[in-house]
Amino acid sequence: MKNGKLSVLVKGILKENPVFVLILGTCPTLATTTTVVGALAMGLATMAVLICSNVVISLLRKFIPDVVRIPCYIVVIAGFVTIVQMFMHAFLPELYELLGVYLALITVNCIILGRAEMFASKNKVLNSALDGVGMGIGFTIALVAMATIREVIGAGTFAGMEIPFMVNHTVDIFIKAPGGLMVYGFLIAVVNVITKGKVIKKKEFSCAGCPSAGVCNGGCKNKKEGE
Amino acid sequence: MDFKGLVIILMGSVLVNNYVLSRFLGICPFLGVSKKLNQAVGMGVSVIFVMLMATAVTWPIQTFILEKFGLEYTQTIVFILVIAALVQFVEIVLKKFIPALHKSLGVYLPLITTNCAVLGVTINNITDGYNFVESMVSSLGCGLGFMLAMVIFSGVRSRIDESNIPNSFRGLPVTLIAASFVSLAFFGFAGIIENLFA
Repeated sequence: MKNGKLSVLVKGILKENPVFVLILGTCPTLATTTTVVGALAMGLATMAVLICSNVVISLLRKFIPDVVRIPCYIVVIAGFVTIVQMFMHAFLPELYELLGVYLALITVNCIILGRAEMFASKNKVLNSALDGVGMGIGFTIALVAMATIREVIGAGTFAGMEIPFMVNHTVDIFIKAPGGLMVYGFLIAVVNVITKGKVIKKKEFSCAGCPSAGVCNGGCKNKKEGE
Repeated sequence: MDFKGLVIILMGSVLVNNYVLSRFLGICPFLGVSKKLNQAVGMGVSVIFVMLMATAVTWPIQTFILEKFGLEYTQTIVFILVIAALVQFVEIVLKKFIPALHKSLGVYLPLITTNCAVLGVTINNITDGYNFVESMVSSLGCGLGFMLAMVIFSGVRSRIDESNIPNSFRGLPVTLIAASFVSLAFFGFAGIIENLFA
């Protein structure tokens, strides 16, 4: 790596934030950000799966034949998702109920498969683990940021605590589906300004952020970072 | 199960609980492939097809194998593997026997493997406790809803391309905000189910 281990860790937080810059994992981002607690739980669950799968896939990268790599990755990821699911079912049943089907859907979360394909399959174990941590933190921060905006404006609460004034003046739409899409759009625009439009140039918006880009024999080519 | 219940499930999953616009499943293809109308239709048809096939396979597996032997906890792994294998299988079969269809849908099929909407619909059918026919109807509805959203949105997007948008909103942000308005429009269907047969 060029800039050492720290940059691998840090880049996931803003420069390559999976949610706002790489545009991966949009589905859970929109679906689980109605409450701060749900967003935090989703972020941490995803981070756990991401770190574990990155490590295992990186360990196996020399053994997995190229042709069948995607099914292999999916099996590894689904295995860890099941572990997380069972863990949460046993110890955090309320969160398990709250996240519902989206917990199982971490399996097909673009971030995890995307990082496996873009990073873990080409890098050493330690770097892959750090990448998982960084990306996981970036994902969690993004989710919590979005959930904060939506919950404070939409429900007048923060993580369940009532905020004076806000609680009497709620804008319901923010915790509904359209509000999620809108907040996400505006946040990406803000990140665009911060990173000075790099985001737009970097990705001609298409399926480039999609992990299937690698398997997709159609027009979408994986133009993302090589290593 | 009476016909009425099936219609309610169908309409519910097409309009009210639209997978893309209100449950946020399958956002990636929704944003990625909705640029042109014909692509949107192609993707939509493929998704309907795969959803129906996936439900037809995963429902019996869940009922007759996983539940019978107490293996429910392997649901996620089994389902995703079945879907991945199924998509591959469908692609091979189409290539061999119906090359014309493969030509039009082939590009979209691999994309669908990791489409959360497909895995989501199969899992939801189980958690909602639907029987086989209801599951199939619900999958059909979700697929139709997905296609409807894609087709409508491809129209909206073609208008976005022609308008003058502030720099920082170009590309994805404006697309998301437009999607939010489309989703808002779908909110209008919220009360339709209760009054469908009133």
